[in-house]
Amino acid sequence: MDFALLLEIFPQVLLDGVILGFMYALIALGYTMVYGVLEFINFAHSEIFVVGAFVGVEILLGLKNAGALDQLPPFLVLLLILVAGMAVSGLLAVVIERVAYRPLRGAPRLIPLISAIGVSFFLQDFVRLIESVWRNAFNLVYPGMEGLNRRLELTATVDVPVKALVVITASLLMLWALHLLVNRTKLGTAIRAVAEDQATASLMGINVNAMISLTFLIGGAMGGAAGVLFGVQYGLINPYTGFIPGLKAFTAAVLGGIGNIPGAMMGGLVLGLLEAFAASYLSLLTGGAFGAEYKDIFAFSVLILILIFRPRGLLGEVVRERA
Amino acid sequence: MLEIRDLHVAYGEIPALKGISLSVATGEIVALLGNNGAGKTTTLKTLSGLLAPRSGEILLEGESVRGMPPHLIVRKGLAHVPEGRRVFNRLTVRENLEMGAYTRSDAAVSADLDRVLSLFPRLGERRAQVAGTLSGGEQQMLAIGRALMGSPRLLLLDEPSMGLAPVLVEQIFETVGSINRQGTTILLVGQNAALALDIAQRAYVLETGAVVLSGSAADLARNQDVRRAYLGEM
Repeated sequence: MDFALLLEIFPQVLLDGVILGFMYALIALGYTMVYGVLEFINFAHSEIFVVGAFVGVEILLGLKNAGALDQLPPFLVLLLILVAGMAVSGLLAVVIERVAYRPLRGAPRLIPLISAIGVSFFLQDFVRLIESVWRNAFNLVYPGMEGLNRRLELTATVDVPVKALVVITASLLMLWALHLLVNRTKLGTAIRAVAEDQATASLMGINVNAMISLTFLIGGAMGGAAGVLFGVQYGLINPYTGFIPGLKAFTAAVLGGIGNIPGAMMGGLVLGLLEAFAASYLSLLTGGAFGAEYKDIFAFSVLILILIFRPRGLLGEVVRERA
Repeated sequence: MLEIRDLHVAYGEIPALKGISLSVATGEIVALLGNNGAGKTTTLKTLSGLLAPRSGEILLEGESVRGMPPHLIVRKGLAHVPEGRRVFNRLTVRENLEMGAYTRSDAAVSADLDRVLSLFPRLGERRAQVAGTLSGGEQQMLAIGRALMGSPRLLLLDEPSMGLAPVLVEQIFETVGSINRQGTTILLVGQNAALALDIAQRAYVLETGAVVLSGSAADLARNQDVRRAYLGEM
């Protein structure tokens, strides 16, 4: 084993893990917020994420074809695609709830779950159809933005691409904004009240359906932002890209305690770091017997272990009180 | 203030209210008595919009609120303290009180907060505490205080004494009396008929979904049937 090498790549692996972790955290929030309010896993959330990624790439390609991409300041472009991706994904989530979940409220639990899986398939192929007609291709690559690909050299062995810093900063800002919204505003308190007891919340004058829509809007917007950042960070997307990150983010939400917002953030980071270290260190530590391709096994082993030994997650599942 | 005419409510096929009529005048405390399953809680839930009536009419200050969703009925000046308190356990005392004032943005909210905290000083002490950690009595105070934060003209109280120590029960009823004297009309569902009849001006007795007796609280308190059935006399 080469300890010097392990140490040398450590900062880079840590950085990769943190980026991946924030991405999972942003997606996981969508699962966990919806679960907190409806006790239901929105399996279409991975496609809400993908739609955000596609909104981002379409705007970038549009700007590129217009020759404007390199003229505009990259941070402005980034802000634009982030806001657009969040808006479209957020509204999409609201529409999905209205069309596919609300009519099924009060139905046995399995029914909306099946509806969600149906929406997921529908959206995958819908995105594929649109892109196939429009671009005659559905594997798209985020056009590089020069300012973002620059690397900042920290030490001789560690350099940080600007876009990684952007992804981390944007994630932190959004998580912080979400925290303020949920914990420091009247609207956020109302969402938490609805999550705990819908009937009593309605007796306070809270419009429960509006709060559920708002929850989908926020969770969807976070998912859309994650989609855009995913595209910016990793480049290649297709309509099926969301499946694995979606499952991992779901794992992160369960890891932190489903329904628990800080739990989703923490679960995302833990899972991202675990995966990054598994990917980089596994083959070094096992002398090549296991390689980076086993990293997914780690993520899902964590899910299974958590479900067996700590089903309520690290920070505790949030269970709705029923009188 | 409130008038109910021939209200019918059913849970699926099972009738719960079979044509109830009652009224509450402005400034009154009216008690609703009856055994478990008589339809007291069902009546309150229908008034606040949690249950939809099959037929009948509900007039709040002359305006029909039948079929309106609860969050809109609240805006008409009605507050419902549900059975079992139902405070938001994961919210702090302060947040619970804020939710009570959810529909309001007027300047008087902070004055109402002061009023609630002077009625229930314990809530002030525990302002930053999560409601789930409060004792049963404190939770009842919070549930009533939360409803008062909406500055209601009509307050529906469902079993405010349930599960509380006798000292606390008296304290809660005293407070209910002073809330009424400050100008809030009250419809009270009472498990403790003696105390309920003590503070109410009028009362209705429900049995299996129908009003079987009504009259002034003093008359009902003297009524032999009421004494036997609800005041525990042999």
